[in-house]
Amino acid sequence: MREITLSQAVNEALAEEMRHDPTTFILGEDVAEAGTPFKVLSGLVEEFGTDRVIDTPISEPGFVGIAVGAALTGARPIVDLMFGDFIYLVMDQLCNQAAKQQYMSGGKLSVPMVLRTNLGATRRSGAQHSQSLHVLVAHIPGLKVALPSSAYEAKGLMKTAIRDNNPVVIIEDKLMYQDKAPVPEDEYLIPFGEANIKREGSDITLIGTSSMVQVAEAAARILESEGISAEVIDPRTIVPLDEETLLKSVRKTSRAIVIDEGHQNYGITGEIASRLNEKAFYYLDAPVLRMGAMDVPVPFSPVLEDLTVPTPERVAENARRLCAGEMIHAA
Amino acid sequence: MTSKTKTKTKTSPNTDDYLRMYTQMVRIRTFEDNANQLYLAGKMQGLTHMYSGEEAVAVGICEALTDNDRITSTHRGHGHCVAKGANYKEMFCELLGKQEGYCRGKGGSMHIADQSHGNLGANAIVGGSMGIATGSALRAKLLGQDDVTVCFFGDGATAQGLLYEVMNMAALWKLPVIYACENNGYSEYTKTEEIAAGSITARAEAFGIEAFSIDGQDVLGVNELSKKLVARCRNNEGPFFVELMTYRYHGHHVGDINREYYRSKKEEADWKENRDPIIRFRGWLVEQGIATEEEIETLNEQIKQDAKEAVAYAEAAAYPDVAEVDMHVYAETDPATLQAGN
Repeated sequence: MREITLSQAVNEALAEEMRHDPTTFILGEDVAEAGTPFKVLSGLVEEFGTDRVIDTPISEPGFVGIAVGAALTGARPIVDLMFGDFIYLVMDQLCNQAAKQQYMSGGKLSVPMVLRTNLGATRRSGAQHSQSLHVLVAHIPGLKVALPSSAYEAKGLMKTAIRDNNPVVIIEDKLMYQDKAPVPEDEYLIPFGEANIKREGSDITLIGTSSMVQVAEAAARILESEGISAEVIDPRTIVPLDEETLLKSVRKTSRAIVIDEGHQNYGITGEIASRLNEKAFYYLDAPVLRMGAMDVPVPFSPVLEDLTVPTPERVAENARRLCAGEMIHAA
Repeated sequence: MTSKTKTKTKTSPNTDDYLRMYTQMVRIRTFEDNANQLYLAGKMQGLTHMYSGEEAVAVGICEALTDNDRITSTHRGHGHCVAKGANYKEMFCELLGKQEGYCRGKGGSMHIADQSHGNLGANAIVGGSMGIATGSALRAKLLGQDDVTVCFFGDGATAQGLLYEVMNMAALWKLPVIYACENNGYSEYTKTEEIAAGSITARAEAFGIEAFSIDGQDVLGVNELSKKLVARCRNNEGPFFVELMTYRYHGHHVGDINREYYRSKKEEADWKENRDPIIRFRGWLVEQGIATEEEIETLNEQIKQDAKEAVAYAEAAAYPDVAEVDMHVYAETDPATLQAGN
């Protein structure tokens, strides 16, 4: 199968869906000729024109609000939010406006829009361009949240996001844009709420999201060389969450680590760990361990920044200790 | 209504329009009188904000629109909802949290939406719908549809930065949207002059948006300007900004009763007695021979009766089934559309 980058996969998904549905359009800062700073959208304006690939001023609440209004009245806007850190700027439009229209109207109004943005530290971008804030939107009923972990997921999840009738936040790892993965040429969509078992194992379950799927897989390879069999699962969407697949795995392995690049405090790792503890308690041989990003603003200095995110070595170390029967807990 | 207009002593081509405008203004006032009573009688819970006094704004503008044109409304939204064509019954049901309400009781006073008449909904975040209105207008332009969107907001909302972000884009992209600023003189419990520096219309003019400041108590004047601006929007000449000078008879919300610390009774009496939009228009209708005092009284009584019946209906109506509490969080997506090749 051919291999393409995550960036190309997103670009293909957008182009295919824009050909498929004339009510779709892209809105955001430097999305047209510039194709975004990450060049993910290069070439789209040439095909679809400036009416459907619209450069906006630097007005995040404004253009997210505009997308909500366009979606409410029959279009399918795809908003490009240049950095995930800017989610803070658009919280009212996303959480008070987009997320609640369907419910507040008793099911009469819907907001079929996509907000695509990114996450991920270790790019030396400092505290305001490195955050992984998916938990903020995952907390809000009415929003769906997808976290692609490779080019394959990026394409399939994006196509589903665009066709879904709800506001969907899809967050790519900005360090993975140039990573290649096998991507079929034939059209495919990845359904929401279906976790992917990336690797089967029997001793411990490593649940990773987005960038942390690679980390979990690398940890599993380290553990394999030591005779520990780790199962790696990528939930792919955290809202909706495929709890069944996670529970089934944990009931089998009896141990689990949840790895996510958002801050650990009150984070995705805590939510998933809690659900596993509640629903698989009698199957567990150890408390489910959380491994999130350190609870510090992301530092610039490379020496410091690298300490803040989970690494394969640290995941493997924790897995090793859990499998040896040690009672460890999150830092 | 229609039958009465045929018996006028002096008819003009606009007789029906005039009487409908009058009717709609009285329907708003009557709706609010009833809503206020429901609240004071402890029959209605929560927060509600009365539109009384501002009727000529909503009616003058909405009478220039079709059902296909969209509006976004505010926390003080009952007037916009009635003016855009909503029914009493579904509105009162919504205010009382009943299943037959426009939003199955899930929205309440501050979130009434009536999609069938193009009302995209009230909004409890001050200025919260400015993006929505502008986005509706962008959709019209992109999809080649000729509807116009009116964004209602108050003077208090001009302090929100969102307004300036979306007016900038609306002006850059020439969107068919009219920003209708209802200047009732008060930003909640504070005089507008204490929260707004400079001129309100100059804010829009800075973006190259043609802006107007007019008497919001004159329904004919509001309607005349609105018709022109709606036509110009359809002709790709938008956006526009209109400041409508008006007055809020009640407090910020129904519970804001003792308000002399920010507004005098004398000032309130002056607006109610000398500048009331309904009294003023009624006088004009009679003076022009469009309706007699007697006919107007009959009309007023009919509306009161309609409201009484709708309130009684809503009070007796069923609450939503408790099973509805987690319904409508997410919209359904047809699984077939999520298949490759579709």
